[in-house]
Amino acid sequence: MNIVVCVKQIPDPAEPGSLDPGTKTLKRATKLILDESDSYGVEMALQLADAAGGGEVTLVSMAPNNEVSGLRTALAMGAAKAILISDPALAGSDALGTAKVLAAAIKRVEGADLILTATESSDGYTGTVPEQLAELLDLPSVTFAKHIEVSDGVVKVQRQTEAGYDDVECPLPAVVSVTAGVVEPRYPSFKGIMAAKSKPVDQLTIADLGIDPSQVGWAGAGQEIVSVEQAPARESGEIFEDDGTGAEKIVAFLENLKVI
Amino acid sequence: MSDKEPQPFGTGDPYDFLGIDTLLDDEERMLRDTVRQFVRDRILPEIADWFDQGYFPVDLAKEMGALGLLGMHLKGYGCAGTNAVSYGLACLELEAGDSGARSFVSVQGSLAMFPIWKFGSEEQKQEWLPRMATGEVIGCFGLTEPDSGSDPASMRTRARRDGSDWILNGTKMWITNGSVADVAIIWARTDPDDNDGGSYAGFIVPTDTKGFTANDIPKKLSLRASITSELVLDDVRLPDSLRLPGVNSMRGPLSCLNEARYGILWGAAGAARSCYEAALDYSKERVQFERPIASFQLTQRKLVEMMVRVNKSILLALHLGRRKDRGQLTSAQVSFGKMDNVREALWVAREARSVLGANGITLEYPVIRHMNNLESVYTYEGTNEVHTLVLGQAITGLNAFR
Repeated sequence: MNIVVCVKQIPDPAEPGSLDPGTKTLKRATKLILDESDSYGVEMALQLADAAGGGEVTLVSMAPNNEVSGLRTALAMGAAKAILISDPALAGSDALGTAKVLAAAIKRVEGADLILTATESSDGYTGTVPEQLAELLDLPSVTFAKHIEVSDGVVKVQRQTEAGYDDVECPLPAVVSVTAGVVEPRYPSFKGIMAAKSKPVDQLTIADLGIDPSQVGWAGAGQEIVSVEQAPARESGEIFEDDGTGAEKIVAFLENLKVI
Repeated sequence: MSDKEPQPFGTGDPYDFLGIDTLLDDEERMLRDTVRQFVRDRILPEIADWFDQGYFPVDLAKEMGALGLLGMHLKGYGCAGTNAVSYGLACLELEAGDSGARSFVSVQGSLAMFPIWKFGSEEQKQEWLPRMATGEVIGCFGLTEPDSGSDPASMRTRARRDGSDWILNGTKMWITNGSVADVAIIWARTDPDDNDGGSYAGFIVPTDTKGFTANDIPKKLSLRASITSELVLDDVRLPDSLRLPGVNSMRGPLSCLNEARYGILWGAAGAARSCYEAALDYSKERVQFERPIASFQLTQRKLVEMMVRVNKSILLALHLGRRKDRGQLTSAQVSFGKMDNVREALWVAREARSVLGANGITLEYPVIRHMNNLESVYTYEGTNEVHTLVLGQAITGLNAFR
């Protein structure tokens, strides 16, 4: 079974990030790493390919520069190859622009039975790319998978809900977004790390994908960041001195919030 | 941040002051980061309890094997085959967790697997190495004896020919992993007439062989998260197929120790780094006289002395690692690294303890655990004194200990 995993390379969340005042977006000139939320999709794909008795896991990623270090991490985990769409014109892409580029790249992967994504990236948090991708590829979309099995051309998903989960089945190929609970990602093994550097990373421009620059980046974005503000300072809480009525006051406070 | 931009006056990265990261390649960094994450996930959350209870979780062996840590610098037979610098970086990260974890990996890879890989027959390599690389089979190394430490050639353990077999008798002491090992590499004296003129031989001894017993050494106050045993060989009968055919002199065990010491000189830098970082973080949080203690001149001096020693130790380790990868590393240079990096680590640990005050003596912080561990590391794999005399001999041409 051949599986495509969409992965994003993001600035290391452990390093203090900062915003570019010009573009009002996160500065990405630092070294980029594999978004941890994508490591679950990579692990799930590797396990599903294993369970199916073979097949390739292909990574698809886009970046305004030609950063590959995050992809190498996923290749070290065991993915077979990667497609990186790297083009200065991609800077400023919104979610739909991103989905258009990823969809065009996924179409180049022959025989993709399943496309996995995270539910959202850890730096942008739009959370809409998986559904847009499914629409652009004209494939069914299942979101928030906490468990995935594949048999006889059907993907069976436990879809996380607020109350529990739904059992969902859909025919392959399909786009499935996975939560952080779906599997425990493996550590890249040393053999994997050493093999990763010789695995193919196909670097493409948007011209290679036949995409017009006006469709992506700042030019194609259907949204504009008008201003960026400091988060409001948290208001200090209410302090009750216990004069014997403390419990009642707390109950009244919680009732007011409608939490009890 | 671009590397080319000059840093403003008085700034620097407290966690990599000299920018040693830039001296590593992408593969080395990824491997280092992987081991660091493994230590963070699997060792740090529980190490204080393991140390307190005198316990090493043997199950970790298989996880270490899956990662590729066991025999990682050996080529073939299921081993990862990394370069020497990567092996060193892994030792550094493991020992930044605990010397016990690094000791486990050193013994398995450099002391148990290495002699089979280097001196074993093809059949022996095929039989043992792949299972040792996965952690399915655990090894130990028996050279030191109750009355034979720095002078291992004086060992009393003997291997006597009996037809096509060998009979081993003797006692080995201070053997890491002894009681959990499935296989022990045992060094013994031989009659040169039985051994192609050689006076020593190494044997691959399955620990379930009749006459082999291992007794744990209790009441240790150092390397508590590591198993240390005495091995007793009482008429242990082995076929000649379990003798390592490639060596019949002390060169055999000494070359293994040289491999392990190379890992230790990196590991010590990791323990030192952990102590320094604990002291740095603590001193910025701890307020006395209404100021963080890091703002006091005496504390700053301690922090700087620690930081400088940690950076120098890592630079030295990396230099020796690059030499090893080029095939230029001498055993005297390994002595330089083992002697200096371990004593500096111990210095850093003691200094860090003083910064942490009373908190420094509890297992809530890593410092006293490292400090106690390093007392063992100071002595094992060549004492500080013997390495000093090896260096003395190297620069004077005069042997002071024989």
